[in-house]
Amino acid sequence: MNATTFLVQCLNAVQYGLLLFLVASGLTLIFGAMNIINLAHGSFYMVGAYMAYALAPWVGLYLGGGFFTTLLVGLLLSIALGYLLEWAFFSLLYEREHLQQVLMTYGLILIFEELRSILAGDDVHGVQMPDWLAGTIPLGSLMTYPVYRLFISAVCLLVALGMYLVLSRTRLGMAVRAGSVNREMTQSLGVNIDLLYRVVFAAGVALAVLAGMIAAPVSSVYPGMGNQVLIICFVVVVIGGIGSVRGAFVAALLVGLVDTFGKVFFQEAAGVLVYLMMAAILLWKPEGLFRQG
Amino acid sequence: MQRPSLTIALGAALLVAAFGAQAQNKLKVGFMLPYTGTYAALGTAIENGFRLHVQELGGKLGGREIEYFKVDDESDPSKATDYVNRLIKRDQVDVIVGTVHSGVAMAMAKAVRESGTLLIVPNAGAGAVTGAMCAPNIFRTSFSNWQPGFAMGKVAAERKYKTAVTITWKYAAGDEMVEGFKEAFEKDGGKVLKDLTVPFPTVEWQALLTEIAATKPDIVYSFFAGGGAVKFVKDYAAAGLAKTIPLMGPGFLTDGTLDAQGDSAQGMFTTLHYADSLNTARDNAFRLNYAKTFKLQPDVYAVQGYDAAQLLAAGLAAVKGDVSKRNDLVAAMEKTRIDSPRGPFTLSKAHNPVQDFYLRKVEGKENKVVGVAVKGLADPARGCRM
Repeated sequence: MNATTFLVQCLNAVQYGLLLFLVASGLTLIFGAMNIINLAHGSFYMVGAYMAYALAPWVGLYLGGGFFTTLLVGLLLSIALGYLLEWAFFSLLYEREHLQQVLMTYGLILIFEELRSILAGDDVHGVQMPDWLAGTIPLGSLMTYPVYRLFISAVCLLVALGMYLVLSRTRLGMAVRAGSVNREMTQSLGVNIDLLYRVVFAAGVALAVLAGMIAAPVSSVYPGMGNQVLIICFVVVVIGGIGSVRGAFVAALLVGLVDTFGKVFFQEAAGVLVYLMMAAILLWKPEGLFRQG
Repeated sequence: MQRPSLTIALGAALLVAAFGAQAQNKLKVGFMLPYTGTYAALGTAIENGFRLHVQELGGKLGGREIEYFKVDDESDPSKATDYVNRLIKRDQVDVIVGTVHSGVAMAMAKAVRESGTLLIVPNAGAGAVTGAMCAPNIFRTSFSNWQPGFAMGKVAAERKYKTAVTITWKYAAGDEMVEGFKEAFEKDGGKVLKDLTVPFPTVEWQALLTEIAATKPDIVYSFFAGGGAVKFVKDYAAAGLAKTIPLMGPGFLTDGTLDAQGDSAQGMFTTLHYADSLNTARDNAFRLNYAKTFKLQPDVYAVQGYDAAQLLAAGLAAVKGDVSKRNDLVAAMEKTRIDSPRGPFTLSKAHNPVQDFYLRKVEGKENKVVGVAVKGLADPARGCRM
């Protein structure tokens, strides 16, 4: 492997890692702040991708179209969806065991899959990307790189920075961190914890939907797409340390590197390398790379 | 008052008796197909195709009316044995038609090898079904994974390409298609430089596209299906590879996915035993009839279901619907020449179609035929002792 190829592979790894972070960020937020195991996270990702596909014609008809308008409408809808789901289902789960949370969120996966089948059918669909992002840039003489992938990376970096600032530098972030450590104490200090959780959950759903909508033009939309990202998301969250946004960021980049170079050098074992790494890290640090924070 | 009611009662009793006798006389056909999940559309197309031919024959096969039994196999190999046994033991069907997923089809083949039930596979391409697992009571009306791969390998070598890289999901169907391609391509002087794989069903292959760019082969042969096929073809074009290194594959790479693939699939070559515009009298008649009956456009899966009914009809006609004459039934099915919408085909000794494979080119939203890649291609049926 020469230097150019190596550098392109590094770019591939970082780019994949950032995408993983974007998908996993909502999961680690919900997991960390609310201590809820949300298996339906992948479904929210799928909902996002299908929104990018289904909303585009409507937005074109009533709001003049545009990729970012669609994105905005999708995000507003997803916040409403998150708010509603927290009120209807998740608010009942805080005091329950993890097993019951797993059962209910698994049920939600089935419901979302069936709804998807009824509303959008079982076909594969493509999603248009905006023209000004559709170009490619040459990487030496080797190959070209789609601009849209770099755009995804930029969005991921922005989201990471935004989450870091909100959680560590604002009052809201402080309340979220306090609530995750001790729910009752935070409440007795005058924070409306029910409302806070509802907001955090809605934000988590919105992040997953954002990931789905942004990824849709490259990944296309198809049945079962949510379940594919779910497992790797959990790997990222567990390696990073449950609830740690910083940890999830580092872990996502690690997974991206191991996966990319694993596929190149150890093709036969590519499927298990990431999980081997997870096992090794958990043996070394049972709580993940970073403790909460 | 007494007399009329007695007559009615008697009449009713007679009617029930007649009905019961007739029900016993019906041929029991069991569909074990995916009706939910990713392959739901394929299962429906196969059943529609089968029913269409039965309808053309006046609703009877071998002079017998038909009673259908249905099981949704969910494309889940772990449930397959349970489900197929429902048809075999509970419903005691005469013949099973199924299925799409190769893993499920393998479990079904295993079950009918024990029970002796007649099985017609209308899609799943697993080589072993008409290879190591072959049996007198197991038939296939679709293809073996090896076939489309071999046809494309031959075309690639004929076009004087010297080197190739293959890329597919790491599972049976992908491996078997790549094997077929390699066999034909290397026999005629080509060389496969690298076999790349990603775990099923992941769709992250940017690293491997970089490998392809660095290896610089003459062509790339790949198999993916559904969402994976759409994403791969788009990623391949976006990486700038489509312009310099032609991408080829089995028809599944571009069948039913052209809408989603858009411009990135234009000009691609694939091989399959069917195409959108064969424009033969036989195919046109089939397509018109299908579209009229189901208000849907038929696809390759509908053709395979249709031919499953043709194959069964040919066998049953020879024994006048008497399935107990099993040897005569099987012999008639083996000998028949199916007048399929894809073009006529016969069966190999291992009961897999010996058929023409078309070379198709993507033009607009269609897979247009540009020629026949291989005429009368037969699967080698390795491991079959029949």
